[in-house]
Amino acid sequence: MSLNKEQVKEIAQLAKLSISDSEIEQSTIELNNILSLMAELGEIETDHVEPMAHPLDMSQRLREDVVSEADLSEEFQAIAPKTGKHHFLVPTVIE
Amino acid sequence: MHTLSVAELSKSLKNKEFSSVELTQHYLDRINRSDLNAFITVTDDLALSQARAADVKLANGSGSILTGIPFAHKDIFCTKGVKTSAGSKILDPFISPYDATLSHKLNIENMVMLGKTNMDEFAMGSSNENSFYGPVKNPWNKKMVPGGSSGGSAAAVAGRLTPFATGTDTGGSIRQPSSLCGITGIKPTYGRVSRYGMIAYASSLDQAGPLTQTAEDAALVLNAIAGFDEKDSTSALRDVPDYTKTLRDSIKGLKIGIPKEFFSEGLDSGVEKVITESMKEFEAMGAKLQEISLPNSAYAIPTYYIVAPCECSSNLSRLDGVRYGYRCEDPKDMNDLYLRSRSEGFGDEVKRRIMIGTYALSAGYYDAYYLKAQKVRQLISKDFKKAFQNVDIIMGPVSPTTAFELGAIKDPVSMYLADIYTLSANLAGLPGMSIPAGFSNNLPVGLQMIGNYWSEEVLLNAAHQFQTQTDWHSVLPENI
Repeated sequence: MSLNKEQVKEIAQLAKLSISDSEIEQSTIELNNILSLMAELGEIETDHVEPMAHPLDMSQRLREDVVSEADLSEEFQAIAPKTGKHHFLVPTVIE
Repeated sequence: MHTLSVAELSKSLKNKEFSSVELTQHYLDRINRSDLNAFITVTDDLALSQARAADVKLANGSGSILTGIPFAHKDIFCTKGVKTSAGSKILDPFISPYDATLSHKLNIENMVMLGKTNMDEFAMGSSNENSFYGPVKNPWNKKMVPGGSSGGSAAAVAGRLTPFATGTDTGGSIRQPSSLCGITGIKPTYGRVSRYGMIAYASSLDQAGPLTQTAEDAALVLNAIAGFDEKDSTSALRDVPDYTKTLRDSIKGLKIGIPKEFFSEGLDSGVEKVITESMKEFEAMGAKLQEISLPNSAYAIPTYYIVAPCECSSNLSRLDGVRYGYRCEDPKDMNDLYLRSRSEGFGDEVKRRIMIGTYALSAGYYDAYYLKAQKVRQLISKDFKKAFQNVDIIMGPVSPTTAFELGAIKDPVSMYLADIYTLSANLAGLPGMSIPAGFSNNLPVGLQMIGNYWSEEVLLNAAHQFQTQTDWHSVLPENI
């Protein structure tokens, strides 16, 4: 499987990254080099192997549904690029 | 003072040979004179105020064994009120509003934070050249890389700019720079140290640990940072032993497995010689060597470089220029805000891994890449489980070469190949360690030790015993 420039642009768009026309050539080569490294995995027979999502054989811990965190909204707002009163400001989404 | 270990400093502080303020000022002076670029932020004022508080505790006898000892945090651990950048432009403006659990645990020991160390951006790299704040120099030869991603932490310890430093290891990021800088580093079992407040790269692989001068120091620090944390859902609910208790045990009869795959093509002959010599040292101490096989270990590279980018593409999606971190100038709409904040904020390697992960997880490719990698991960893990039925510990090289020159490896795939011996321990979730084992071409070589799950004390015991028989860990770079 090898990616073309159009596919690389599409992946970048999905990842919310922009790639300029001058970078696209190099990016496509690099991504294809990396993907050809992955192709080695095709050599291994894995039909009956259970996928391993996590190193520890553990189940999700549950806890009582009680308030555990203090209200830190002011601290979080203080480090945001742009804020209004109790909200984060972004460019207009709906006119 | 700066050539003393944590254990020695602790005794000196207790005996009032010097105060924590004097010790802290000494290290701050060393950092400010250094040209290694090992630090992103130096917290002079905070350090001195913490040192004054520590001196009060030491004077009234209420301090712990770590009270008043200075250290440095990898800039991936959130530290309240202090910039936490993860080596990235996108987090350059980020002043953390809270402490990571690991930071909190060292604070309650009344330790002294000297600053935050340089690192590959979001811990993605093996040379520390992927930092927004510039590369770090290796104290053994300033033309060389210190390794990565905890390169700043390793260089700072090797250059004796701090008694020890914290680090994280997702694919070798504690062990490889420890090896390249000639220091001791341990990556505990996945789940042993809380990941809360440690900026996530690949959540099923990331684990924190100390970079120190000696195994004894690693045990002291691990005692303070290991343990269950309800704020981390992957933290293990298990008792933590006192790691210093077993350091002095004999290792007579210890069964050491040597994987033949770790001595294959690509291993530098100088590195191989050092590792073989250190095996003889263990044999002389009564350990029993036996060859083992980890047949799937070569597949660790493609497996890791699918799993880690998939997890990173998800983890790093939260960096969007909205709630914290860098935002581009004058965004014209939401899409422009996301695109430009992320494209201007992330470096090349981070973008590459996000794109690989995005592709591997996208509709139609998931089975071929991510699912396949998870299955091979299972096979790699089973190889270890089988090996540990017959041996207590696995040993081999950390890295196929000693430190390489800054700028020498430009191709991403060639850089990935250098992680061949470290990745599999992360994929399996096993603890691993690097200890100084000798030199090749005047550059340090680290010996890697991989243990069974939750057997950090076995690694630390073997490492400490090696360090009582050898003095590689106390050899210093020139002009220290």
